[in-house]
Amino acid sequence: MGFQPVKFYQTGTFTVGNRLLAADERSLQSGETRSNSINSGHRACQGCGEALGARYAIDAAMAASNNQVIAANATGCLEVFSTPYPESSWQVPWIHSLFGNAAAVATGIAAAMKVKGRTEVRVVAQGGDGGTTDIGFGCLSGMFERNDDVLYICYDNGGYMNTGVQRSSATPPAARTATTMPVGPEPGNPFGQGKNVPEIAMAHNIPYVATATVADLRDLEYKVRKAMSMHGARYIQIFVPCPLGWGSASHDTIRLARMAKESGTFPVFEAEYGEVTGVLKIRHKISVDEYMKPQRRFAHLFGKNANPETIARIQSIADRNIRKYGLLEEECN
Amino acid sequence: MQNRPFAITLKPGTSLSNLTGTWRTARPVYLSRLPPCNNACPAGENIQGWLFHAESGDYEQAWRVLVQDNPLPAVMGRVCYHPCEGACNRGQLDSSVGINSVERFLGDEAIKQGWKFDAPATASGKRILIVGAGPSGLSAAYHLARMGHQVEIQEAGPLAGGMMRFGIPKYRLPREVLDAEVARILDMGVTLKFNTKVENIEQSMKLGGFNAAFLAVGAHIGKRAFIPSGDAAHIIDAVSVLRSMEGEDKPMLGRRVIVYGGGNTAIDVARSVKRMGADPVVVYRRTRDKAPAHDFEIEEALQEGVMIKWLSTIKQADAGEIIVEKMALDEKGFPQPTGEFETLEADSVVLALGQDVDLSLLEGVSGLAIVDGTVQVSSNMMTGHPGIFAGGDMVPSERTVTVAVGHGKKAALNIHAWLQGKTYQAAPKPELADFSKLNPWYYSDADKTVRPTLDMIRRQTSFDEVQGGLDESTALFEARRCLSCGNCFECDNCYGVCPDNAVIKLGPGKGFQFNYDYCKGCGICVTECPCGSIKMVPEET
Repeated sequence: MGFQPVKFYQTGTFTVGNRLLAADERSLQSGETRSNSINSGHRACQGCGEALGARYAIDAAMAASNNQVIAANATGCLEVFSTPYPESSWQVPWIHSLFGNAAAVATGIAAAMKVKGRTEVRVVAQGGDGGTTDIGFGCLSGMFERNDDVLYICYDNGGYMNTGVQRSSATPPAARTATTMPVGPEPGNPFGQGKNVPEIAMAHNIPYVATATVADLRDLEYKVRKAMSMHGARYIQIFVPCPLGWGSASHDTIRLARMAKESGTFPVFEAEYGEVTGVLKIRHKISVDEYMKPQRRFAHLFGKNANPETIARIQSIADRNIRKYGLLEEECN
Repeated sequence: MQNRPFAITLKPGTSLSNLTGTWRTARPVYLSRLPPCNNACPAGENIQGWLFHAESGDYEQAWRVLVQDNPLPAVMGRVCYHPCEGACNRGQLDSSVGINSVERFLGDEAIKQGWKFDAPATASGKRILIVGAGPSGLSAAYHLARMGHQVEIQEAGPLAGGMMRFGIPKYRLPREVLDAEVARILDMGVTLKFNTKVENIEQSMKLGGFNAAFLAVGAHIGKRAFIPSGDAAHIIDAVSVLRSMEGEDKPMLGRRVIVYGGGNTAIDVARSVKRMGADPVVVYRRTRDKAPAHDFEIEEALQEGVMIKWLSTIKQADAGEIIVEKMALDEKGFPQPTGEFETLEADSVVLALGQDVDLSLLEGVSGLAIVDGTVQVSSNMMTGHPGIFAGGDMVPSERTVTVAVGHGKKAALNIHAWLQGKTYQAAPKPELADFSKLNPWYYSDADKTVRPTLDMIRRQTSFDEVQGGLDESTALFEARRCLSCGNCFECDNCYGVCPDNAVIKLGPGKGFQFNYDYCKGCGICVTECPCGSIKMVPEET
């Protein structure tokens, strides 16, 4: 029977799929034909956000390039848990060289493909925040500066997790790590340090920079697809909670990513040639303590020795993000 | 290494040999929980089940699932007090799903499209007598006919519907809607005899060769109260007033009509006489929040200009006037007389103080227990006399159409089992899908659709239906507000959010399955399932 089109579909595009939407309006991950670029049997921890984010991103890149993708991988959790010799979880051509040179290796592959005339082959580099914002930063900045035809994806879980949760330049302030213990007058990771690599990437005026989280699948797929439609140096930073390093429940991985976005802690936006072109608005705003409380890396700020001043400082960082990127609906007009 | 190309060290996808399922201490399992709407429905409807089909625009399938439990959806979509909506989890999100209005849409659509019930599967050869063609009797007749039994309804009155016709005013239930739904039940081969009052049930059963009987005579006798009154005072009971509205001879009540009582019947009478041009005043001894009538009906009555005197009792009725005494609530909440009196103009007084059951047909039947004027039945709806079942207003329960329809279904299931020498065992109820089981993040924000209401002038002067229905697009919108509590609606979330690709998608309508070879038991699928259709259970050690 014919019926009027209705612009309301129960869960809309919030869920992975939706039987009420046409097949081409559903996410790539809802389809049985997704490429599962990283296969079952990998040794990531229970509830690993990075394993999930990597499948979301590389599947999207595969779909956007007719499955012609080569991936270079920095050392890190993703590399370790996916390829313990003699097994590999990857179902894409994949290469690992060193901790700090993923951007350079990818640049080399892209140059080789160009020389061979294989214009259909697209190159993706990927690494954790340690291999990207610290150790691989020189190679990454060089790749941006030369505008090499590579999409670099950083999976940001805020630390060196597989070596025992050491601090990185992406660790949030006040967080406990093995190297920033919750002792002394300013317990945890000190304020005012670290790097905002998405903004540094924008400062290189490269064609495309974006941030995303594993809680917003549609947004993530859209950004990878968009990045793959462009050439030159592109950078996407994906926020991937780490149950081991954060001391959170394995079932809360997506929930925490959502709360990071909803609190303004992790602004989700995209930028072209150094200018912000779009932001993902906050839907139901929450305060930062709601986001921090389920994580044991912030446990020293709550409970018996509660530290409301520190929480207020973190809240002010989130408030600044909300102001700066216009994350609330009323601030966009 | 030897069979691989140059520089290739690892074969793609070989991690499959590592069965990470061995890490698990708890496993996710799919389950269907009981949605709160279904749990609250006195007629036992599978509301979430029929909304599921309505969501995709398959209204016929939705209607077919609905009528598995309730053969009167168009009636129900008008007169049910929808306890389902009170229990709806969406009420905690924005406002409850307009279940009642979607039900009405489906019922009306079925009448418009001429959808028929499926024919009975087999004939059992058993004959069942049903006494009374009210909601309970009609519901039992429908369910018994579906099970293949031969059903005869004997009705004392000239028309079918019982209190749906003689108690509920037209402005709430247009008669053509009732007639259409009754006709559809009779089309299944149910015999209905009018003007046939059963005087003695055992005799009627023997005479007709019936194997079992279901009594559903309702409660039609208006309760009286002693009011000192002069000879010329005009006092009449509410049931008679409402019944006479159906005939040609409308009751002669005069201009100033006093309605005594605070239940739905009192409000129905007041609103009906208002439509006939009178000025009704409802007199009730307690306060509005203690009145048994539903608040929305009181509100609609007040909107239409019905006057209500709360905290008042009638002390004396005479020709043209009554004397009321003001009451005050004591600390226990009971009304106590204050000694303050007031005189009101009154051409007639209508008593709406509740109704009694006419139990004369049961005289001489052995084994029956009658307490407070109602017939006692056990949990299988059977009276103390084997083979005689009873339901609706004549047994102790809340007196609503929905409860009566539920009784009819329950009695039918029990009669069916009893005829085979068995006892009906209801399937155990699954655990409740309360709000804490849901992840409401995933549902789009959408406020309830408001049903259109008739103009005030037409409400005060005609018996046209007050509340309108939803059209196709608004009904679809309303259906899609359903959260599908506790029951998978194939949103693909579990399939998408598993970091280990350990969820297998079985295709449309078939749901999903876990691949326990690789599921590490992280529980993300449970947390991110919008409707609470997955739970973790500990692994056996």
